[in-house]
Formats: sequence, C-alpha cells, structure tokens
Amino acid sequence: MLTIGKRDKETLLDPLFRAGRGFYALIGVLIVIMGWGLFMYIRQIVLGLGVTGMDRPAYWGIYMVNFIFFIGISHAGTLISAILRVTQAEWRRPITRIAEAITAFALVVGTLQIFFDLGRPDRVLYLFWYGRLQSPLLWDAVSVTAYFLGSLTYLYLPIIPDVALLRDNLPADAPAWRERLYAIMALGWRGNRTQWIRLEKTIAVMAVLIIPVAISVHTVISWILATTVQPGWHSTVFGPYFVVGAIFSGIGALFIAMTLARRVMHLEAYITDRQYRNLGYIFITMSAIWFYFTYAEYMTLAAGQGAAEFPILASKLWGAFSPGFWAMVLAMVVAFVVLVFPLILPNSWRKYRIFNPRFTLASAVAFGLAMLLLQVPETEDALAGLSLGLSPIALKIIALVAGVLFIVSILPWLKRHLIDAMVIASGLVLIGMWLERWNIIVPTMVSPRLAPSSWYTPTLTEWSLFAASIALFIFMFALFFKVVPAVSVWEVREGRVIDHVHSQEIMPMPEPSLPARGAMRRSLEETEPTY
Amino acid sequence: MPKWSMVIDLEKCVACQGCSIACRMENNTPVATPEEAWDGREIRWNDVFPMPRAEVGDYPNTKTHYMTRPCMHCENPPCIKVCPVQATFIDEEGLVRQNYDRCIGCRYCTVACPYAVRYFNWYAPEWNPTIEQHLNPQEVSSGSGDREGPAVRPKGVVEKCTYCIQRLDNARQRAEAEDRDFRPDEYVPACVETCTGKARFFGDMDNPDSTVSKLAKSERAFALLEEVGTHPKTIYLQEGE
Repeated sequence: MLTIGKRDKETLLDPLFRAGRGFYALIGVLIVIMGWGLFMYIRQIVLGLGVTGMDRPAYWGIYMVNFIFFIGISHAGTLISAILRVTQAEWRRPITRIAEAITAFALVVGTLQIFFDLGRPDRVLYLFWYGRLQSPLLWDAVSVTAYFLGSLTYLYLPIIPDVALLRDNLPADAPAWRERLYAIMALGWRGNRTQWIRLEKTIAVMAVLIIPVAISVHTVISWILATTVQPGWHSTVFGPYFVVGAIFSGIGALFIAMTLARRVMHLEAYITDRQYRNLGYIFITMSAIWFYFTYAEYMTLAAGQGAAEFPILASKLWGAFSPGFWAMVLAMVVAFVVLVFPLILPNSWRKYRIFNPRFTLASAVAFGLAMLLLQVPETEDALAGLSLGLSPIALKIIALVAGVLFIVSILPWLKRHLIDAMVIASGLVLIGMWLERWNIIVPTMVSPRLAPSSWYTPTLTEWSLFAASIALFIFMFALFFKVVPAVSVWEVREGRVIDHVHSQEIMPMPEPSLPARGAMRRSLEETEPTY
Repeated sequence: MPKWSMVIDLEKCVACQGCSIACRMENNTPVATPEEAWDGREIRWNDVFPMPRAEVGDYPNTKTHYMTRPCMHCENPPCIKVCPVQATFIDEEGLVRQNYDRCIGCRYCTVACPYAVRYFNWYAPEWNPTIEQHLNPQEVSSGSGDREGPAVRPKGVVEKCTYCIQRLDNARQRAEAEDRDFRPDEYVPACVETCTGKARFFGDMDNPDSTVSKLAKSERAFALLEEVGTHPKTIYLQEGE
C-alpha cells in the first residue's frame, strides 16, 4: 500500500476524478472541430487532393508545413526532459510529465499530417513492405517511428509509480474501469528496492538513448528538403538549423502547456517561477542560436547570388512572400525582447510605474498609426490629408520614439508578470516557427527552375484539417491529464527529499560591509527568495 | 543493350504542340477543365511553353522562344533517388519508369524533379465520351502485373512521360512473332512520329552510328539544367539567332 501526503493527494490525484462543466464544454467543442476536420478529410479522400490549394509546381503545402511544425514541437518534451534528467537539473521535476506528453501527442498529430498529404493513404503500408532505405522519406519513417516508440516508453516509465499510487489511493466512488486501468498500468508496482533500482536504471538509459534519436528526427526531416537540388533547400546548414528550430518551438509549446496546466489544475505550488526562469534561460539560448542560423542561411544565399536561389530569396525579402518573412522576423525579435528584459532587469523595476496603461496604449497606437501612414503611397490624394503634412522622416522618428516608449512602458509590467511574459513570447515563437517552415517550403515550391511560377493559397480543407489537428492535440492533452497526474508525483517527492538534505547545510550569512549597510538591507528586503 | 535517347532540334521546332496532342492520345492523359488548368492541375507529359523572359526585341519586332519538353530520362535521376517505395525506377535501357500500382502519392519525386516533368492526379481522370471510347487499351506491366505506361491512372498517383514504353513492347513482340532480331530503329515514341517540323529524333545512344549519337555530338547540343548534374538523355540542339 503506497501512501501520499494530504496536500499532494488533494492537488494532484483528487482532481483526476472530478470533471467540471468547463471540461465537458471544452471536450464538446474539440469534438465538433475534429468532426468537421474528419468530414473534410473524407471529402478530400473521395474527391482527391484537388480540393486543396496545391498544384503544379507547388506540390507540397500546408500539410507539409504542419508536419514539420508538429514534429518540431515534439522536441519539447523528451529532449528537454531527457537532457535535464541526464544533467540532474533539479528544477525539471514538476514539468517533465507535461513535456513528455507534448512529445507523444505532437508526434501523433505530426504523423497524421502525412496521411493528409498522401495521394494514396490506403497504400501507406507500402512504406514498410516496399521501403527503399535510400529514400530520405524512409529515413524519416524509421526515425519518427523510433522516436514515437521511444518517447511512449519514456512517457510511460515514470508513470508507473504514479499509477500505482493512484491504484492504492482511489476515492471510494471511483469507477471500476479506472481501478482496472490503474491496476494494469501499474504492472504490479509495489515500490520495493529492486523495483526502484530497475526503474531508475531504465529511465537513465532511456534518457541517454532518446537524445540522439530526437536529434535524428528533425535532422532527417530537414534532409528531405536538403537532399533535393531545389533552390533554397539544398543547404548544408539545414540539419542543425531544423533541430534548433524544433527545440525552440518545443519549449514554446511547453511554456504554454505548463501555464495552462498550472492555471487549470491549480499547480501553482508545484510549477513556480523557478521553472519559468530556468527554462526561460534555455529558451533565450535557443532563440539566439536560431537567429544565428537564420542569418547564416540567408546571408550565404544573398552573397552567392545564385541564378536559381537569389530570386527565391528576393521573393522572401521584398517580393510576394515578404509579409510572411518579416512577420516571422518581427515575432522572433519581439519574443526575444519580451524574454530577455524581464530576466535581466533588476528586481527594483517591479515597483516602477513609469507610465500608466493609458500611456502604453497611446504609444502603441502612435506606433501603429505612424507605421500605417508610412505605407500610404504618396500619390493617394484622398489619404494625403491623413499624414498631417508629416514627411516620411518625421513619421519614422515618431514610430521609433513611440515604439521605444511602448517597450519601456511595458517593461515593469513584464517584470512583474514573468509567467505572462513567457507565455506571450512562446505564442510569438510558435507563430514565428510556423511561418519559418512556411517560408522554407512554399517560396521554393512556387518558383521552380523550369515550370511557370505559380501561387499557393491554402483552401478551407487545409485550414480545417489544421484546426482539427490542433483540436486533436488539445483533446489528447485534456483526456490524458484526467487519467494521469500532470505532475510526476514521485519525482517531486524525491526532489523534496533532496532539497531537505541540502537544507541541512547551513551557509553563514555574509557580513555586510559597513558603508553599504543601508543599501544591503534594502536589497535584502526587496529581493524575492531565489530558488 | 540499347540506351534510348531523344534529340530535339529547337531550330526546327515550330511550337505546334502536335507532340503534346500525340502524347495525350497515345498515353491516355486525363483532360483538365479550364478551371483545373487555371489552378495548375493540367497534365502534359510533353509540354510546349514559352521560355521565361521569352520575348526578345522591341515591339513590333519581337520574337518568342518556345521550349518543348518531354521527360529528360536522366541517367542520374533525382526522382528515383527519393522515392520511398520504388514506384519510380530506371531500367537497364535507361528509361525512367513509373509504377501506378505502387505509387503512394507522397509527391516527393515531383518536388525533387528540377524539370517539373512529373504530374500528380489531383482528381479521378475524366474524358469526354468520345475520347473515352478511344482510349489506348494497352497496359504495360513491370513484370509483377503492376500497371505502367498508358494504363489509366487512378487519382492520387504520380505519372510521367515514359518515352512511350508500350511501343517498345509492341516492337519487341512483333520482332519475336516474325522470328527475327529486334532492331532499335523499329521503336519511336508518338511525339517523334508525329513531329510536324521533324525536329525530334529518337534512337539508341549506345550505337555510335545512330542519328541521335551523331546529333548529340553537334556543337549545338546541350542539356537542360546541366548544372544540377542529372545527365539528361533528352538532348536539345540550340536555336540559331
């Protein structure tokens, strides 16, 4: 009989057996979206892929973008939690479960995109019957399959002690199927010494093994593109570039998922600022590496001026694809600012109210208006009066000043709301990473060397399946965390033991130096306890 | 073993599109509606199109260059290298073939082909009733009974120019029935046979005395996109100014 503390039981185990009205409403909405997606998919199977916006030469579209996007998100989990486990980062404990769940579910959704994209989904098993290992697509099938099986195992192993705990602590009114399910999933876990040694050993081995597999997955996806001779794809940097982007977007998804879990399941006592702060440092690092790779990729293309490559680069920088490209850059830059400033500003900024919300709003509006007026062509007489006779230079200065004022005025807010800042940055990064994949796939597709260039606009079918994919992702998440605790209970308890042992060490307080005594006292009062 | 090759003399080509029509009749390519064609879904194994930046000279003294383009049947084809299920493959006579019963419709080959000669069936094929009665009934098989060549393609698979592989089969069978050796000059694709300007030549590149071998040594000979390293067996003769 395994036992659990009262507080852990009330926060982590008991909510699994209760479902409010909001939960059923969410499930209902998700089922409706998925049902619509299923209808559109069946329609696509019956009518053929002509119902999508794809054509010759834009043979790949949003399905491929989503495939890369979701498989990218899957790197959140296993990779992050595996690396953090291997490096024994103690703060990882409350978020490993969520991270690993993202991996498993994102892989399911990502693989589904292949079915959407195939002209003959009924022949998908040919990949295994007639598979040619020379094809990058088969490397991908092997790699993703290995990663999926590995991450399912890696998700399941740390669940065993938790479901055993659930099995032994079921509420009296728990349904019978739960009793059976937990009994089967616990695999006879009693928590004895041999079992613990075996479990810890297996998890340690899996954590090391899963890292190269995870890296191979997105490398191979990039090689699907890079092994062709198509302009803009035939690049040596794609492997690491895609892996970095995958981890980057994965952490973004992890931030959003753990914040939602924290709010909805009231896990504030478990997932604290410490997790956000430390994961934030990794996020910033990935952001910096992403900028570096993006610059390296585009700079070499620009310098090379290749006859086939340069027009595609030009279409991104100032041609038909420039809105998407610069939206990506803007999202990533803003995300970087939002991430970095709350972490590097001194704590005293929390209390500054430099400007009030009205001022923040006004500077944002001024920035937007100035940018908008800059877009108005000079010859449009009807709109000429709007610019109040301001020259473009003046408008640019206004935009710059308003933009800087806006950022400065929201910084104290960001500093006070670290978690909100992280979530905003994560949302921007997810949008930016989706656009990045779009900017890689579509511009190259629509301007091939020898066919007349075309245009690709996703149709309702494609957007519906995108929405249904996201709905499925959330759906699996919602159901899963009604069966299994969102926080790995035993790992958190183990962490408490370690913390307790550490707390036996007593560090002497540094003696404050005389002249700075007042300042030191004040700073000690202001500083939050750091973890 | 012959190595099949085509030479197209752009000086002689009048861009009549006769090759495209002959190909369509010979190989049962489905007919696209104007809307489908506008969406870029038409299938033309053999395409005739104006070159990019085709118009030269000042109005009214302008001139347009046209390109006529079957499959290049590369010796180093990027398409077969990426196919995950070996639905497309190169045979020992150098023909790049497509197996409709194997293709899973992933469109990786269409993406990998730098010449965009591969076409995907976005819809189930449709013809008007008259054409439907006169579809080419031949179905070339890759040995295992899988359909190739002019066999009617289902929706969701990729298809491409085969150098009219069914005509090679026919010529071989005829030679066998007449109990004699097959001669490489007995086989020409439909586009070559029909070419109005006699701009197309077809034959065995392994035989140094064949017409294509001699033409390929011409000073005017070039291959499309030589820089991507595909070594096409469809060779062009440059147009004079």
